[in-house]
Amino acid sequence: MEPLPVVWFIAIAVLWIGYLLLEGFDLGVGMHMVFSTRSERDRRVMLNTIGPVWDGNEVWLITAGAAMFAAFPAWYASLFSTLYVPLTITLVGLIVRAVGIEYRGKVHTERWRTVWTWMIGLGSLIVAFCIGAALALTSTGLPIDANGDRVGGPFVWLTAPAVLGGLAVVGFALLHSATFLGLKADGPVRERAGRFAARWAPLCIAPAALWAIWVQLAHGGSVLAWTLIVFAVLAAVFGWRAAQQRHEGRAFIGFAGFGLFGAAAIFAGMFPRLLPSTVDAAFDLTVWNAANGPYTLGVMTVVAAVSLPVILLYQAWSYWIFRKRVTPGMIPEVHIVLPAVLRAR
Amino acid sequence: MDVLDIARWQFGITTVYHFLMVPLTLGLGMMVAIMQTRWVRTGDEKFLRMTKFWGKVYLINFIVGVATGLVQEFQFGMAWSEYSRFVGDVFGAPLAMEGLLAFFVESTFLGIWIFGWGRLRKGLHLAALWCAVIGSWISAFFIIVANSWMQHPVGVELGADGRPVMTDVWAVLTNNTAIAAYTHTIFGALVVAGMFLLGISWYHLWRRRHDGIDSVDEDGRVVVGQADAVAGRDRKDHGVWIWSLRFGAVVAIAGFLGTVASGDIQGKLMYEQQPMKMAAAEAACHTGSSFSVLSLGDPGSTDCADVITLIEVPGVLGFLGTGEWGAEMPGISDLEPQYVDQYGKTIPDDALYGDMAGTDVQYVPVMWVTYWGFRLMIGLGGVVAFGGVVALWLTRKGTVPRSPWIMRLALLGMVAPFAANIAGWIFTELGRQPFVVAPNPDATGVDGVFMYTAAAVSPGVTVGELLFSVITLSAVYGVMLVIEFYLMVKYVRGGVAASMPELAASGHPDDGDESRPDTDRRDDVLAFAY
Repeated sequence: MEPLPVVWFIAIAVLWIGYLLLEGFDLGVGMHMVFSTRSERDRRVMLNTIGPVWDGNEVWLITAGAAMFAAFPAWYASLFSTLYVPLTITLVGLIVRAVGIEYRGKVHTERWRTVWTWMIGLGSLIVAFCIGAALALTSTGLPIDANGDRVGGPFVWLTAPAVLGGLAVVGFALLHSATFLGLKADGPVRERAGRFAARWAPLCIAPAALWAIWVQLAHGGSVLAWTLIVFAVLAAVFGWRAAQQRHEGRAFIGFAGFGLFGAAAIFAGMFPRLLPSTVDAAFDLTVWNAANGPYTLGVMTVVAAVSLPVILLYQAWSYWIFRKRVTPGMIPEVHIVLPAVLRAR
Repeated sequence: MDVLDIARWQFGITTVYHFLMVPLTLGLGMMVAIMQTRWVRTGDEKFLRMTKFWGKVYLINFIVGVATGLVQEFQFGMAWSEYSRFVGDVFGAPLAMEGLLAFFVESTFLGIWIFGWGRLRKGLHLAALWCAVIGSWISAFFIIVANSWMQHPVGVELGADGRPVMTDVWAVLTNNTAIAAYTHTIFGALVVAGMFLLGISWYHLWRRRHDGIDSVDEDGRVVVGQADAVAGRDRKDHGVWIWSLRFGAVVAIAGFLGTVASGDIQGKLMYEQQPMKMAAAEAACHTGSSFSVLSLGDPGSTDCADVITLIEVPGVLGFLGTGEWGAEMPGISDLEPQYVDQYGKTIPDDALYGDMAGTDVQYVPVMWVTYWGFRLMIGLGGVVAFGGVVALWLTRKGTVPRSPWIMRLALLGMVAPFAANIAGWIFTELGRQPFVVAPNPDATGVDGVFMYTAAAVSPGVTVGELLFSVITLSAVYGVMLVIEFYLMVKYVRGGVAASMPELAASGHPDDGDESRPDTDRRDDVLAFAY
């Protein structure tokens, strides 16, 4: 067994899990902005809890995609071309969401803010759902032929696992962001987030748990994968109890642990498959047949081994700088922008 | 329209749109970092105001650059899966390096900078901006490395399965094409940002004169005034704009000189690596040394017989191509048989190539695009540099003329370097056709490492899917462009007070000197909030 393709499978799993755990609460906050409050001040409190960090979190997605390209180009090529339509929709979601976060506070009319609140919310929903669906499909399989190209029309991806995976990431993001807001916000936002987590946790994590188990059943999961699932369940139970007792820190750790172990169980369960073919198991893309040569993987291993720890350090530092809760009092007054023109008296 | 055409349009639209934001933010970021450095060093509030104003404009553009950059990364796999499989061993690496070594730095530290006002010590806060800006410059480097590998494949050998396998990452990273193209791109970005500062600052100085705030004495020297009725229009405000204007002009001129020097190196490399592209750029049908000043022909033609050269200067082309006056440069009619000889008359008869299999290869790129793209790039660059020199001369006594027409010209001048950048890239990318990975006939080329664009497109993707993405994304880009333009106009017209609420709230300090709006704010209110 060559070690480098395995190392890269793990590295890509780490990047995806990092993305789900970090951007998970960004996406959830975006959705909560739409339906959890009617107060403009509360919405701004929510948005500013992720303000300094959301852009850095999104890079985990970009790097996960690029790492797939750099380590397993056949995986990247087959998955992305097969999911052409859902990924186009994902891109639209990513664009309107990013632009919405940056532009929402730049004009102060009711309509402008409402439109962008919805763009951020819908964009976050779309991204969470589509990324979840894409990951679920790569873990359970797509109809690809010997060359890795799609068999069937543009909508063959619309299957039960896709919906399940989509719901899983949406549910996880909603819950994860609620416990995140419990730690990072103050005032009514914190209150409501605590109540949301205590009440809806089981519903939010159910699809993710089902997906993790589905993968094991489909691929005859290993001992490692089942162990991770047990850990995930334990973490979720711990998180839910803490949420009910309003232990905000523990609730966050519990549900984050659920996300971590659950996603790890999915990747462990699909190993060594990268993208199973539902047409013929002989066409499965695996760690062995989709990997780049040892030279390229070696170079990339050095780059990743040097940079990932540093990235974790400075990203952790950015969370440390902005560790204070965002309170309603911290939100500045609306600043109306007028043209700097001397008007005729 | 077939899959290939739509996929190419899709890629072109996204890339051109992305590249409106990229050069502006590459250049502007560096200039804002310099302004903030001056503020931290001198404590002069003028520089704080500049940092805040130009910083705001920077961020409004930056976000659109980020959002469209995501499309860039996804579309290789989505629409060009055969390309991704073919080049995966070498092309994915610089993209992943960009993420790991540059993009994380850029995004994380930009977040720290945006929200770090008043939270971090001044020096640390400044360092965060420098990290973000340097991150974006490194990010650009890796992207250019990836693109340059498609122009000049190096550091690989042909593997057993017919795919290139990377053997020397250092050769990929130090590809001479990449070094030249990167330098050229960065200088081009500085021209864009320089003209941007010049145009907007000109408008504000003109506005101050138009509103009767500033005037000139008999010698034409500026007499700076202040208007109490307008937030931010104090004496210091004048310093903000005149410094920005002259800084912008100097950067634009320096950037232009840099693009000339780096472009010359690029041209020489291109004559070695992609002679057909350069011949097409010069509409040089026959081998010779004359530089065409004006050639006309049937648009869309790739046939040399259609091109009529009206004005040409003997000897110049040889100088541009090799540094030697009168050196003979290969023309299209001599190159074409060579290409046919080396790479075949038809696209291989392989199912992989779909409808294109077995069809004739057209080795000559669309000439009017390469010819005019090349000239537009150089011509507009020259216009910009001339404009920069004129601007420095006109503003030597501290303000701008009252003429609204010159002001409009300065605003219009902001468009020229954008157009030059776009023209340059369209020339580079279209000139490479029919290849997506161009073969290099010279000695440095690796035999057999090339790919036809027709072979690169995703085999499984349908026309409907591609149309859906082209239409959807173009619509999104269009709407975003309108919104972005609206916000830019709004914040630019608002002047410094638009980006410094404290300036608008505090009214005017008596002399504009002592008060530091930055300090008399409630400590826990976010200085910058979404």
